[in-house]
Amino acid sequence: MPADATLKQAQPRLGRRNGTALSLRDRVGDWIFPPRGAETAPVTLSQRRVYILPTKAGLLFAMTLALMLIGSINYNLSLGYGLTFLLTGMGVVSMLHTWRNLAKLQLRPGKTDPVFAGDWARFTIIAENRGGIYRRSVAIRIGTNEPAYFDVEPGAETNVKVSVPARRRGMFRPGRFRISTTYPLGLFYAWANVELDLACLVYPVPESGEVPLPEARADSGPGNAAGAGDEDFARLRNYHPGDSPRRIAWKTLARVDVFATKLFSGASGTRMWLDYSELPDSLGIERRLSRMTRWVLDATQSGLRYGLRLPGREIALGAGEGQQAKCLEALATFQSKDSQ
Amino acid sequence: MNSKANLSFANLSAILASIAIVMAPHAPHVPKWTVAFCVIGLLIRLFAGWQRRPLPSKWLMVLFALVAVGGVLFSYRTLFGRDSAVTLLLAMAVLKSLEMHSRRDITIVAVLCYFLTITNFFYTQTILTALYSIGAAWLITATMVSLEHQTAPAQWKHVARTSGVLLAQSVPVMLLLFVLFPRIEGPLWGLPRFENIGRTGLSDKMAPGSMSRLSLSDEIAFRVTFQTPPADPRKLYWRGPVLWDYDGRTWTAGERVSLSSFTYESRGAPLKYSVTLEPHDKNWLFLVDLPSSLPRKSFMTRDYQVIAFNPVQQRLLYRAESHPLYRAGTEARQDELERALELPGFAAPKTREMVREWRNAGLTPKQIADQALDIFRTRPFVYTLEPPPLDKDPVDQFMFETRRGFCEHFASSFAVMMRAAGVPTRVVTGYLGGEINPIDGYLVVRQSEAHAWNEVWIRGEGWVRYDPTAAVSPLRIERGLATAVPETDVQPLLRRTQLQWIIEMRHQWDAVTNSWNQWVLGYTQEQQYRFLESFGFSDLSWRDMIIALMVTTGLVLAAFAIAMFMRLGGVISDPSQKLWLRFCEAMAARGIVRKASEGPRDFTARIVEQTPSLRERVQRIRDLYIELRYGGPDRSYRAYAHAVRELRTQIGMLNSSASGPDANA
Repeated sequence: MPADATLKQAQPRLGRRNGTALSLRDRVGDWIFPPRGAETAPVTLSQRRVYILPTKAGLLFAMTLALMLIGSINYNLSLGYGLTFLLTGMGVVSMLHTWRNLAKLQLRPGKTDPVFAGDWARFTIIAENRGGIYRRSVAIRIGTNEPAYFDVEPGAETNVKVSVPARRRGMFRPGRFRISTTYPLGLFYAWANVELDLACLVYPVPESGEVPLPEARADSGPGNAAGAGDEDFARLRNYHPGDSPRRIAWKTLARVDVFATKLFSGASGTRMWLDYSELPDSLGIERRLSRMTRWVLDATQSGLRYGLRLPGREIALGAGEGQQAKCLEALATFQSKDSQ
Repeated sequence: MNSKANLSFANLSAILASIAIVMAPHAPHVPKWTVAFCVIGLLIRLFAGWQRRPLPSKWLMVLFALVAVGGVLFSYRTLFGRDSAVTLLLAMAVLKSLEMHSRRDITIVAVLCYFLTITNFFYTQTILTALYSIGAAWLITATMVSLEHQTAPAQWKHVARTSGVLLAQSVPVMLLLFVLFPRIEGPLWGLPRFENIGRTGLSDKMAPGSMSRLSLSDEIAFRVTFQTPPADPRKLYWRGPVLWDYDGRTWTAGERVSLSSFTYESRGAPLKYSVTLEPHDKNWLFLVDLPSSLPRKSFMTRDYQVIAFNPVQQRLLYRAESHPLYRAGTEARQDELERALELPGFAAPKTREMVREWRNAGLTPKQIADQALDIFRTRPFVYTLEPPPLDKDPVDQFMFETRRGFCEHFASSFAVMMRAAGVPTRVVTGYLGGEINPIDGYLVVRQSEAHAWNEVWIRGEGWVRYDPTAAVSPLRIERGLATAVPETDVQPLLRRTQLQWIIEMRHQWDAVTNSWNQWVLGYTQEQQYRFLESFGFSDLSWRDMIIALMVTTGLVLAAFAIAMFMRLGGVISDPSQKLWLRFCEAMAARGIVRKASEGPRDFTARIVEQTPSLRERVQRIRDLYIELRYGGPDRSYRAYAHAVRELRTQIGMLNSSASGPDANA
C-alpha cells in the first residue's frame, strides 16, 4: 500500500482513540463503559459481557411480523397466525444463536510484526473455541476500519489478522476493539468490547526519492578498514552474528566447516555512521527520522556495516537484518512515549 | 461494510428462487400479464447476475413500475382491493429484485418474501398450502443464512441444515403462541367484500336442472359432529332456502321476514350438534328441521330458515339444537297461506286439469297429497341425474311425457299439483344424507347431497313435510344418491362405490382435513376458550393469556439458552486438564499468566520464582499434573483417581489461600 494514499484518508476528528477513528456506537459505548486498560489474557467472552441488539434488518423483520399479525387478525387467517408465530419463534431463536456464536470464545494477543508508518498494522488475535459448536462469521473490528471475519471449529483456535492503518511511528496500541457477529440470520448484532495488550511497532516512513547515503568514513577501529562494500570481493573473515546470510561463504562452509563472511570492497566506503546530528535542523525531527530510516534500509540492502547515532542513543556497528531491526526500533521510538 | 462482496451468483440465485417459490401459488388467480411480468423480470435479473451485466437504469425502473401500476388499474380498476394489492406487491417484489445491488437489498427482499408467503393464505389454507409455505420459509431462511457467511461462500448443505434447525427450534414457541395468543374476534377494519370466486352451493332459485348440476359436485358443503347421536344421521333434513314463488319454470325464495318469537310442539329429545360450514358466500346456515336454538349472529325467518347476519365467506363453526320430530306452523298467517297457493294462470294446464278432479271429489288436503304421491309411485317415473331437457311447460312435460327427473322435478311438480288442488304448499331446498367418516365419526355432507322437498300446510298439523322423491326412489332417502340413480348415470368420481380403496383413502384424507379445519383453521376465540377450558383453565381473560404466554415462552427459551450454554462449556473431558486450567486461572488471578509457549515445567518454575511461598504446593501440583497427563498407561485406576483427588485438593487450597496475605504477590 503506498504510504501517501493511506495517510491522506479522510478521518473524522472527533472520537479518536489512540489515533484510531471510532464509530458513533463505539463512542457511546466508551461513554457508558469507559475503557479500563488491557485485560489479562486470555479473555473469555463470558455471557455477561456479550451484548445483543437487533440490527436494522431485525427491526424490518419485526415490523413485517407485526403487519403479518394484523393481517392475520383482520382476515382471520389461521395459517397466517401460524406463519407469523413460526417466524417470531425463529427470530427469537436466532437471537440465542447469535449470542452463542460469541459467548465463551477465548481471545489472546498473538505476535504482531512491525510495519512502517502509512502501512497497515496487522494485529494478530488468537481466538480459541473450547465449546462444541462451530463459530461462524465472527468479526473483529478496531475503530472504524474494515472488520476481519473468521470461523473457528469446535475445540480449535485461529489467528485473526486485523488491519489498522498505522499512521505515526512509535508503539501503536490500538486499545479496545470490538468483536461482533450477526450470524446466522443477520437479525441481531451481538458484540463484546475487549482490550487485549495489542501492540505494533511502527517505523517511520522511509523517505522516498533520491536519498544518497552519507559518506562512509574510515574509522579508527581495528581491522576491517576495507571490505564492507559490495563491488569487488576482498577477502573472507570470521562470521559475526548479524552478518547477512547472503554474504556467508557457503562454499567455504561446505569445504572446511567454518562460517565465514565474504567481504567486498566498495566505492561507497566500508562502514558508516548514520548520524542524526549531521542532518540539518531545518528538516525537523520527523523528516530527519524518515531519511535515516531510508538510510538504514538502503545500507542493509547494500550489505554495509553501519551504526546509528541518535541524541542520547547509539547503536553500535553491525550489519544485516538484526542490525536493521535494532536501528528501526530506535528510530520508531525516538523521543516518543511508549504509545502514540 | 462489505455489503457488495456477498452478492454472489449463488446468493442471487437463492433469493430469486425464493421469490419464484413464493409467487408461484399466485399464478392461477392473478392476471396473465402479471405472470409474464414476474417471470421476465426474474429472468432478466438472473441473466444480469450471471453475465455480470449492469442492472436496468433508474428511468427504466420507473417505467416498469408505471407499467405495473397501469396493469393493476387496468385489470382491477382499483389499487386498493385485496387482489389488486397482492398483484401490485408481486410486481414490486420483482422490481425490487431488479435493483438488488447489495447484501442489504437481498435481506429486504427476503423479508418481503416472508410477507408474500402470507398473502397466499387469502386464497387457500389447506394442509398442502401449509407444507408448501414451510418449504418456502425454509428456502428464504437458507438464503438469509447464506448471506451471513462472511469468510467463504456458504456450503449449500450446511446452509440448508442451519435453516432447518432454526425453523425446527422455533416450533415450540410457535405452538405456544398459536394456542395462547388471545384471538381477537372479527375484522379490525371493514373486511372488503371478497371478489366473487364462484363457489358452488344452493341458491335461492330452483329451475329444472339446477339441483342435478349441483349433484355432480364432490365438494363438501358442511361437516357435522353430534353431541347426541341420532339414530340415523343420514336421514336428517338440513333446511336451506324455502321457495315460495313460481313463475311457470323457476321457483324463487320469499323475503326474509324475521320471526320474533317462535314456539312449536316438539316430541322426543333435542338433537345437539356442531356444524362446520364451508364458505358459500350466502347468508343461510344449514340446520336440522326444526331448530330450537340458533347459532350466534343469526336469526330465523318466518319459514324457519336460519339466516346469518353476514354472508358466510369463511369456514364457520356453529352449534345448534333441533327437534327432528315436531309440529309447527299451526297458526299460519292468512297472507302466507294465500301466497302458498299462487300459481301463474298459464302454468301446467294439463296437470291442473288432472288435479281439478281431486278437488271436486272433496278430498282432504292429506288425501290430495297422498293422491299426488301415488301418481309418482304408480306411473313409470324414474329418478335420474340425467333428466331430459324440458322445453315446453316443464311440469306438464315432466308429468306426462318424459317422467324422468331429479328431486327438483318432483318437488316442483308436487307443489304445482297441490297448489292447483287448493292446498298451500311450498318448496324447501337443502341437503339430505351424507356420509359418516369412519375415521373420526363426522358426518360429511357434500354438494351432491343437495335435495328439494315440499311442505304442505294442513289445518291442525301446520306445515308438514312431504318428500315426493322418496315416493319414486325410496333408496335415495334410505341409502343415498349413489345407489339410487342408475349406474349408467354420470356421477362424481368419488361417488363410484366400486372403488373401495378410493373410498378408504378419501375417508382418511377427509378426516385429516377435518381435524385441520377444526383445530388449525377453526381455532377461533371460541375454540381457544374451549380448548383452554379442557385443561381446567376457564374464564381466562386476555391478560391471563398474555401472562401465561410470556411465562411459558420464557421457560422454553430459558431451556434453550441453558442447553446451548452447556455446549459452550467445553469439550475437555480429561479431569487433569480441567484441573490444570483451573490452576492456570487461579494463577492468572494472582497476576501470573501462563504464556502460550510455556509448558507446565516452565510455568511453574516462573511461579516459584515470583512467589517463593508457594514453592512446595506448586511443585506438587506440577508433578501430579505431569504424572496424570503424561504418565504411562500402566497406572491403576485407583492410583489415577487418587492423584486426581489430590490435585483437586491442592488447587483448592491454593484458591483458598489466594485471599490470604500473599494474594498480592
